[in-house]
Amino acid sequence: MSDNIDEESFAAFLDGMRRFVRERLVPAEQQVEEEDEVPDSIVMEMMNLGLFGIGIPPEYGGLGLTVAQEARLSIVLGEASAAFRFVFMPNVGLGSRSILISGTDAQKRAYLPRLATGALRACFCLTEPGSGSDAASLRTAARRDGDFYVINGSKRFISNAPRADIFVVMARTDAQSSSGAGISAIIVERGTPGLQVGPAEKKLGQRGAPIADVTFDDVRVPAENLIGGREGLGFSTAMKVLDAGRISVAASAVGMARRIIDEASRYAVQRTQFGQPIAKFQLIQAMLADSETEYLAGHALTLQAAETLSRGGDARNLAAAAKYFCSESVSRIADRAVQILGGAGYISGHPIERFYRDSRVLRIYEGTSQILQLVIARTMLKGFE
Amino acid sequence: MKILVPVKRVVDYNVKIRVRSDHSGVETNGVKMSMNPFDEIAVEAAIRLKEAGAAGEIIAVSAGPAAASETIRTALAMGADRGILVQSDAELQPLGVAKLLAALVRQESPDLVIMGKQAIDDDMNATGQMLAALLGWPQATFASAIAVAGPGIEVTREIDGGLETLSLPLPAVITTDLRLNEPRYASLPNIMKARKKTIDQLTPEALGVDVTPRLRTLRVEEPPRRQAGRIVGSVDELVAALRDEAKVI
Repeated sequence: MSDNIDEESFAAFLDGMRRFVRERLVPAEQQVEEEDEVPDSIVMEMMNLGLFGIGIPPEYGGLGLTVAQEARLSIVLGEASAAFRFVFMPNVGLGSRSILISGTDAQKRAYLPRLATGALRACFCLTEPGSGSDAASLRTAARRDGDFYVINGSKRFISNAPRADIFVVMARTDAQSSSGAGISAIIVERGTPGLQVGPAEKKLGQRGAPIADVTFDDVRVPAENLIGGREGLGFSTAMKVLDAGRISVAASAVGMARRIIDEASRYAVQRTQFGQPIAKFQLIQAMLADSETEYLAGHALTLQAAETLSRGGDARNLAAAAKYFCSESVSRIADRAVQILGGAGYISGHPIERFYRDSRVLRIYEGTSQILQLVIARTMLKGFE
Repeated sequence: MKILVPVKRVVDYNVKIRVRSDHSGVETNGVKMSMNPFDEIAVEAAIRLKEAGAAGEIIAVSAGPAAASETIRTALAMGADRGILVQSDAELQPLGVAKLLAALVRQESPDLVIMGKQAIDDDMNATGQMLAALLGWPQATFASAIAVAGPGIEVTREIDGGLETLSLPLPAVITTDLRLNEPRYASLPNIMKARKKTIDQLTPEALGVDVTPRLRTLRVEEPPRRQAGRIVGSVDELVAALRDEAKVI
C-alpha cells in the first residue's frame, strides 16, 4: 500500500522526526509528567505531521506506512516519553486496523479519514475485569434488537478511553459460544446513552497516557456499527493485527532503550568519583556494554520481524520474540541505568527514574511476557510434533 | 508578493564540531549537514506570509556545492514553491554570496528577501546587509516579528536594551533572529511533493559574478578546553579568586 514512499523521502521524514523528538517532545517530558497530559500545541503538531494516520492508506487520508516503516518511526519516537506515542497510537493500532481490515466500505469512509487526521480519537475496548490474557473469555454482551445492538458489560484498563471519541468494543454477539468465534467488534460513539468512562487511573508510570474503565449499560447502537457487517469477525480480526501491535511495542521499547543508554552514558562520562569519570570504571563499562548489546539485538530482531510482516510473511514468532525480548531487556537496561546514576536516578524529576517506571508496563500490555513465551514455544514445538 | 529565501548548507547544529588537523578549517567530511537554523526561520516566516495570503511565490535559493540542493529540497518540503542552486565548489564568502543573490534578485524581481541573520558555521552576519547595500534596498535585520502593513512591511527588531519597530517600503531585505518563529517539521506528503518541485541550476559565471575570496583564513583553532570548577571555602576566597585569577571584578 505504500511502495510509493521512496526511501529517500522516508529517511528525510525520519530525520525531521528525530529533531521533533529532541526539540519538542523531550523538553516537554517533565511538563507531561507533572500535568498528566500532553500539551495541545504538541497534539496539533502531531496532527499536522500526519502521525494519527501513519498506518491508514492514502486513499483514506493517511500516510500508508508499511509495518517496517512504522517500526522505524516508532523506534525514533520511542526515545521520548511514552505519553507522546499514546496520543496517536490508539488511532493507528487496533482501533483503526479493525476497521481497515474487516470494516465495510461505508465504515471505512465514515471513520478512517477522521481517524487519519486525528479529528476523531479512538480507543480499543478488549480487556475486562475478568478477562485479560484469556481474551476469548470476555463477557461483555451485544444482543441484537431489530436494527440495533444492545451492549452490556464493563471494560478495564482501556488506553485512551478518557479522550476517545469512538470506542471499538469487543463484545460477545453469540451468547451460546464461549470461544473467540462468538465475539464481534462494534463501534460505539461517545455520547451514546449508557456509555460511561470512569476516571483516569493513577498508574506506576506512563503519566499522560490515560487509561480508564468503560462501562456499557444497555448501550444501543445501530446495527451498521458492527465492524464488517457480520457477526463473529471481531476476535479473528484482532488476531490478525496482533503481530503489528507487538512489533510496535517492541519498536518503542528499542527507542526507549536507546534514550536510557544515552542518558546513562552522558551521566557516566560527567560524574566523577575517586578522581575520575565513573565511565572509566570497568564495572560501569560492563553495565553499559550489556545494555548496548541488548539494545542492538532488540533493534535487529524488531526490524527483522517488521520487515517479514511487511513482506507478507509469517511473523507470529518473530513478533512475539521481538516484543518479549525488547520489553524484558528495556526493563534490565532501565534498571542498570538507575544503578549507574545511583541516587540521582532514584529521584523524581530525572528522566531515568521516569523511564524506569514507564518501561515496566511494556512487559504486560499487548501480550504479557508469559503469554509470549507460550506463543514462541508452541510455534517452535510444532516442528517436532 | 514574491519572496526570495536564501538558505545555506551548514554542519548540523547538533554535531560536535572538529577542526581539521591542518587547522585550515572545520571538518565537514562525513559530517551531517543541515539547513542553517536561522534560514529555517526565514523559510518559515515566508511560508507564514504565504499562508496568511500576503505572499504568492516563495523561491528558495542556495549557493554552494551540488549537495546544497538537499538544503533547497528541505525548504521545498517545508513549503517553498521552487528552488535555484548556484553551484560552485569554490570558497564562498559573504560578499560573493551577496553578489550572487543580487544577480538572482535582478533576475527574479522578488518583493522581499528573507534570510537568516547569520550562518552558524562562520557567524559572519554580513550577507543580508551586503545584499541590501548592493541592491540599494531598505533592510531590517534581526527580525523578531514581521507584519504586512499597507503597501510596506513592519519589522520588529531585537536590539540591545529592547525592541525597535521599523516600517519599510518594498522591496526590502529582512534578516531573521531566533525568536521570530519555531520552524515546522516537514510532513511526509510534503517531503514527497517537494521531490517533484523544480530546482534550477546556475553557476556564478552564468550570472556574471566574480566570487573570488577577498578574505584569507590563516588558521582555525578549537576554543580552549574549559577548566574544571572548584569549590572555594569562603566568600573571601571566592572574591580573591574572581579578582586575582579570573580578573572579572
